Amino acid sequence: MNRRNFLRRFVSALGLSVSGAVVGALPARGAAEHEPAGRNYGMGIDIEKCIGCGRCMDACTTENNVPQPFFYRTWVERYVMKNDGNVIVQAINKEGEQPVDPATEHDVLRSFFVPKLCNHCEHPPCVQVCPVGATFKTGDGVVIVDDTRCIGCRYCIQACPYGARYLHPERKTADKCTFCYHRVSKGLLPACVEVCPTQARVFGDLNSTASPLTRLKRMFKIHVLKDHLNTEPKVLYANLDGEVR
Amino acid sequence: MTPELIERMTELSKQASGFIYPNELDVHWSIMIVLYPYLTGLVAGAFILASLVKVFNVKELQPTYRLALLTALAFMLIAPLPLQLHLGHPQRSWEILVSPNPTSAMAMFGFVYLWYLMIVLLLEIWFAYREDLVRLAQRERGPMRWLHRLLTMYSNDVSERAVAFDHKAVHVITIIGIPSAFLLHGYVGFIFGSIKANPWWSSVLMPIVFLFSAIVSGIAMVMLLYMIITPLRGKHIDMVCLDKIASFLFYAVIVDFSLEALDFIHRLYESEESIEILSDLVMNKLMLSLVILQVFLGMIVPFLIMVLIKVLRLDEELRRLLYFLSAILIQLGIFSTRWNVVIGGQMFSKSFRGLTTYKMEFSGLEGLLTAIVVLSLPLIILAILIKILPPWDDQREQPVEVQAQT
Repeated sequence: MNRRNFLRRFVSALGLSVSGAVVGALPARGAAEHEPAGRNYGMGIDIEKCIGCGRCMDACTTENNVPQPFFYRTWVERYVMKNDGNVIVQAINKEGEQPVDPATEHDVLRSFFVPKLCNHCEHPPCVQVCPVGATFKTGDGVVIVDDTRCIGCRYCIQACPYGARYLHPERKTADKCTFCYHRVSKGLLPACVEVCPTQARVFGDLNSTASPLTRLKRMFKIHVLKDHLNTEPKVLYANLDGEVR
Repeated sequence: MTPELIERMTELSKQASGFIYPNELDVHWSIMIVLYPYLTGLVAGAFILASLVKVFNVKELQPTYRLALLTALAFMLIAPLPLQLHLGHPQRSWEILVSPNPTSAMAMFGFVYLWYLMIVLLLEIWFAYREDLVRLAQRERGPMRWLHRLLTMYSNDVSERAVAFDHKAVHVITIIGIPSAFLLHGYVGFIFGSIKANPWWSSVLMPIVFLFSAIVSGIAMVMLLYMIITPLRGKHIDMVCLDKIASFLFYAVIVDFSLEALDFIHRLYESEESIEILSDLVMNKLMLSLVILQVFLGMIVPFLIMVLIKVLRLDEELRRLLYFLSAILIQLGIFSTRWNVVIGGQMFSKSFRGLTTYKMEFSGLEGLLTAIVVLSLPLIILAILIKILPPWDDQREQPVEVQAQT
């Protein structure tokens, strides 16, 4: 190795390590504190199977101590499509009791329920905008909030296209669905999936070839919400209607 | 949850119409976030007015040059306050500086702000005032003498060469300052314009519209301050200067109005998925603040007044009155613009099926009273700055600058 080559290599190695150190130092600490489990979690929801009982919402509230009422990590929307082309949408309330139906059976073309929750996007806009990196994607694809770092600026709430986030009224930090990360990391199912009486919700590893989620993907045509925003949601819907936003 | 919060949310849920996602009931960015772009806009606009004197050599504006700089500084110092008041955890705000997320537009705030405050504003003001400070310190006694001497940072050379260097430095800083002022406010526009989830905000025009509305508001603010302070000092308003400011204000209003009209027509013509809910929003929620205050009173009326002044040769007294009226209407209009962007953008559901409402608190950290205090603080700071750093050429010992230029 002559001197010129040595210098060239030395300088490029130095440059690489310096830029590596800078890039490594820049992202907020949160990301490094969680061990990835080598999975890519997702949820599947079959609209045809949801009966709107609201037990998923109850279970979520109990499991995650969601502030009551008015705040939701998961909720269920009811769509009533009428013969005249109008669509009535309501969020069913937490007791699972149905709101008063404004349409008579005669007017109704069809109706269905749509469970909603954080989509744990592959490209999450909330993570992109968080100024301090308090919200981040874990190694296994779950988007969570570190409430010891969140400054409560609410930029992530603005950036979420799905209304999945809220400001926790006591903690004053952003809060949202975690796919029950505390359960999932112990090999359990998220609370909402666990209690669903019709198995409308399934959960699993998108990388796995043999999970209920993979079976759902094989059996149905899959849609995601607000596809055009290129967030690549990991909550996959079977039998989703075009009216659902 | 506190009973107050439950009461508030119950009230909001009664006022929401159509379908909104259940977490969208409350408006998250309050009047404090309306104040932030309004204040930074005034900073950028006032600085642009000052730079007209130094870079574009518009000599008629010399009487307002230093006032414009001090105005920019006074508003700049308060600009981060509403953000701080808004945070859920204000004690953690320093994390934005020490551990910023490089993909976050908001994380850049601290750096843009510090760059503008330290490199542009403070440095330019120091060079613009250094000679005066030295002379003031020589003449005065007591604490003011010490203050001024401290402010010169013991750089006491007022030789021709040193003063020429000051002038050159001011020139260079202003040249750096113009793109920086564009950055400062264009960046605030980007914070909103880059949110693809929100069709009311998501627009590539947003930073540019913000910028020109900033220039409009800043020029109008300096004009207003000049017209208020000069008679209070028992002096006459320099009409050549005032006409010139009004002229620039007029051109800025034309550009701003055209950009906003373009944005409006573009949205209407493209008629995307969100157009129905956005028209609902304008017709039901923003009629007063957008159609009446922002467009009619804040833009069309002052524009017509200024056309009138240009066409008819009105006498000085009447011109002053009409300029004053226009400048106030423009402030009202630009404040409404900020309101309509920030609050308007949160009053429709991202399901595009319903509207919610904003209930401003009266007292409380994010309430009306705090907003009034935050808005008056820059004026108090400006009054103190004017005492310490007299911006008036007629009070200067030796108006070297004017002599040098003529």
